[in-house]
Amino acid sequence: MSILVILEQRGGVWNRMSFETLAAAVQMGRELGQPVSAAVAGDQVAALAAEAAAYNIEKVYALDHPLLARYTADAYTAAFEQLVRSAKPELVLLPHTYRVRDFAPKLATRFGRVLVSDAVGHRIEEGRPVLVRQLFQGKLNADVRFASAAPNFASIQAGAYRADLLEQGRAAVESFAPELGAGAIRTQPGEPFRESQRGVDLTAAAIIVSVGRGIKEKDNIAVVERLAQALGGELAASRPICDNGWLPMERQVGSSGQTVAPKLYVAVGISGAIQHLVGMKGSKTIVAINKDENAPIFEVADYGVVGDLFEVVPALVEEIRKAKG
Amino acid sequence: MKIIVGLKQVPARDSVLRTNASGRWIDESDLAFEINEPDAYALEAALQLKEKHGGEVVVLTAGPPGAAQSIREALAKGADRAIHIEEENLGHRDTLGLAGLMARALEPEKPDLILTGLQSDDLGYGQTGVVLAELLGLPHATIIMQVEKLDGSIRVKRELEEGWFENIEIPLPALLTIQSGITRLRYATLMGIKKAKTKEIRRVAAADIATSAAPAVEISRVYAPHKTKQTEILTGNAQEAAAKLVERLKFGARVL
Repeated sequence: MSILVILEQRGGVWNRMSFETLAAAVQMGRELGQPVSAAVAGDQVAALAAEAAAYNIEKVYALDHPLLARYTADAYTAAFEQLVRSAKPELVLLPHTYRVRDFAPKLATRFGRVLVSDAVGHRIEEGRPVLVRQLFQGKLNADVRFASAAPNFASIQAGAYRADLLEQGRAAVESFAPELGAGAIRTQPGEPFRESQRGVDLTAAAIIVSVGRGIKEKDNIAVVERLAQALGGELAASRPICDNGWLPMERQVGSSGQTVAPKLYVAVGISGAIQHLVGMKGSKTIVAINKDENAPIFEVADYGVVGDLFEVVPALVEEIRKAKG
Repeated sequence: MKIIVGLKQVPARDSVLRTNASGRWIDESDLAFEINEPDAYALEAALQLKEKHGGEVVVLTAGPPGAAQSIREALAKGADRAIHIEEENLGHRDTLGLAGLMARALEPEKPDLILTGLQSDDLGYGQTGVVLAELLGLPHATIIMQVEKLDGSIRVKRELEEGWFENIEIPLPALLTIQSGITRLRYATLMGIKKAKTKEIRRVAAADIATSAAPAVEISRVYAPHKTKQTEILTGNAQEAAAKLVERLKFGARVL
């Protein structure tokens, strides 16, 4: 009986969500009285495994294989399938990254199980974990139970648990050599690339004014731009705005754009889908302006105005100018 | 190319949602429904591939009889025919159960390519496509921005986090989950709507192909999210709300 965390690294660099997930596992492990192990896969991962072993967990599995150097769903699924069959954990936790979204459902299917994806929290009921996840783009929450015997699988949303609560320790490192054949890998990935150099570093901005679907038309963006100017902040956007080409991709905040934590984040006409929230919920003060009082953005906002942005934003610009003299 | 598009009908994006009497799902009685937006992009990608390379686009939907509304819309946009796995209440099936139904319904089809949206706007598990690929023994790739057909394979552009991408070459047949917003969605033309009425919808009763496997996961409760933050809603007309907000930003948050 144990919890296994599958950590994620690319090119020797950790995905920071790995340790949030490890923190989730340690908390669950304490509540359930189960030891926690972690696993890292790649080619030559001994150094990474040693880093992970500096936390207060039982064991770190180092999965080394040349065919794990670059991610493919086939190789990663096969490697972790072998590890899970051998280590027999009760629960497998993964960070809800793009990579995990690609292979974890396949891994769970190998065991006749269903991944409970993108969990934001948990409770223990009758000695078993119940995971909390969001439905309808965050409008509702659901408690999800595992109805099957071990192993079960869940992935954890960015920012749901705090990695800084992990305690130092000394875990054993165990090598695990998966059996992989090049013939079983059907996809051929190329080198990762970026489309363009980033001209705007939103992560350095102290104030960000962000615009979403509620703006309706490209020409209306000027309304929100004036607010950004009045506040002396950077203009940003949620994904649909950049998809439409109304603002450049480099101004996108969210899981596929930049992750920001400014002093002030003003969300205008943004409903607050999970993909956007993970990119901004660490902001110090959050203001939401939205016509829908049930919009999930109000869940993370410190101050909210429920109303028509085309009335509220110009009024706000005027008040800010007055206040600034 | 024969392309299957997995398409789900979900409550309209602006729906006001309430939990139903069981407390385990929403009350669907007064809701309007629409094609799950990510699936609409999968359909668009399929139609564009067909326009370029020829072939057939077949819509695959699992849902109650009312989901025929979205199927007709997809046919009106240009899909050639559809398979509708009918079940009044699919709620007791988990992803594996649902993908199992889809895999069985696809047995006679032998597609070259299967496309779905990257996730549904209702449950949002984001995994039906991947699970279906595994059940069918197909290679897959998720969160795809572009598809280019090669000889016997495809090259796809996959989105990674924080502005990174990668190209992947995948042999056919394969399954892809398509990212939202990658192109402009077409509207159904009047002619398309007319034609849709004569297009074939193969109806399959879920009960006839159901596998007996019990669900591996189940929703035990659906509820409004607990607030993690104390949100102060500033009331009044636009002017009043703006004035209150500026006061808070100046003296409370001290950011002005």
